[in-house]
Amino acid sequence: MNAVEVRGATKVFSTRRAEVRALDAVDLTVADGEFVSLIGPSGCGKSTLLRLIADLDAPTAGEVDVFGMAARKARLEHAYGIAFQQSGLLPWRTVRQNVELPLQLHGTAAAARRARSTELLDLVGLAEFAEQHPDQLSGGMQQRVAIARALAEHPRLLLMDEPFGALDEMTRERLQGELRRIVGETGAAVVFVTHSIPEAVYLSDRVVVMSPRPGRITDVVDVERRAMDGADDIREADAFFASVTAVREALHGREGAAPGARGVETR
Amino acid sequence: MTTTVRVLAPIALGLVLLAVWEGAVALLDIPPYLLPAPSAIGAQVAIILPGLVAAGLATGTNAFVGLVGGAVLAIAMAALASRIRWLQSIVEPLVAAIAVVPIVALAPVLGTMLGAASETPRQVVVGIAAFVPIFVNTLRGLRRSDPVHRDLLRANGASGWQITWHLTLPGALPYVFTGLNVASSLAVISAVVAEYFGGLQNGLGSRIASAAAQSGYARAWSYVLAAVVLGLLFYVATLLLERSRRRAAST
Repeated sequence: MNAVEVRGATKVFSTRRAEVRALDAVDLTVADGEFVSLIGPSGCGKSTLLRLIADLDAPTAGEVDVFGMAARKARLEHAYGIAFQQSGLLPWRTVRQNVELPLQLHGTAAAARRARSTELLDLVGLAEFAEQHPDQLSGGMQQRVAIARALAEHPRLLLMDEPFGALDEMTRERLQGELRRIVGETGAAVVFVTHSIPEAVYLSDRVVVMSPRPGRITDVVDVERRAMDGADDIREADAFFASVTAVREALHGREGAAPGARGVETR
Repeated sequence: MTTTVRVLAPIALGLVLLAVWEGAVALLDIPPYLLPAPSAIGAQVAIILPGLVAAGLATGTNAFVGLVGGAVLAIAMAALASRIRWLQSIVEPLVAAIAVVPIVALAPVLGTMLGAASETPRQVVVGIAAFVPIFVNTLRGLRRSDPVHRDLLRANGASGWQITWHLTLPGALPYVFTGLNVASSLAVISAVVAEYFGGLQNGLGSRIASAAAQSGYARAWSYVLAAVVLGLLFYVATLLLERSRRRAAST
């Protein structure tokens, strides 16, 4: 069964002055266990698409299914884990309590919660910070806590909206590596919104390229995963550069020169 | 400034003012019904200390019961109002109306209404006075939740009440404490003032009124002093409560 199926999703935001077509008849399918990145310039609707899948917004037209359920049902049944650009940790809760939040909302018993949070904090390498509060952690550590929280209920689908967007390059690369390892271990499908071409290529099986006004999918690039994963350092493999180039061309092709694609980092 | 100086400076200032007061009363020959000397008030305090403590306890109990009751009601109402929009549009103007009702106007009416021979009318007066600042501040705090947190809880299938319990209420806590701080001083003032209008003669307010009526000016002033101490106690207690919460949340 597919993890995500989006059929003809349109989202129109009405302001007093005008209507903004954030998404226009978008179709997207994400297979179980597949890692798909959404990339495109600001305003292309990639975050909107993610919010539709998460049922944080409802589509104006079209349908969104998650594991064969309507998106709303999937949300209420905790079918996915989610992480945002801001870690969104509750400042009055300890690291452990933050990780346990989804379990607590779902009525998991305290002992089981504790066992699972210990496991997750080990997974993201933050076991010794369990009783600290978020403001005592660096940005990268906070984001790792947010990822641990997203994994709390063994979701078969992870939704991530630029989770590394606010981090420095070094931390970002390290966390990308950790995310690949964690996703590899859990086998979950991932929908990952990003501004960064190398990030999208490094992580994904497929990169979905979007363009703004109105938000549409313009291209889908299959990453040469097999050729890359054999390399000692993925970021230096030829297949990696080939895929980066393919995504870059898909992004800029439509608008010609690079300045047209504002907001996309090519680093 | 070191801690010693910071603590000692206001105490020294207080002592100087007391000395000036004492000197002025002696030099200018001020009659005690206008202003008794601090030494005379101090002598009275020594004599009637058990009575001061008993009266302070009576008034303090009323202030405490009223404050707790008003706070519980205010927080619950604010939580409801922040969840249910039509309720908010009804309650808010009502609270604004309560906010401008003077305590001195309510006290005598409630006294006859709820029974002059019980503490209830006083506790109700305190509760009403404490309710307003706590409700207003709590509601303000409840409205300030971070959209990311809200998204996160919704994404995890949280119900509206779960969002209130896990996100908006804890997030509003600093605002609740601000309201409690204001309400704590108001509670003591209201408890004292409520006693001016008859009923039981056991608290600080009624003692001040009767001492003044019997020309026991130094005695009246010593009860005033007790009321000041009681007000400070309440204020410091809420400050400590807030600080202990903050420490619990940041260690």
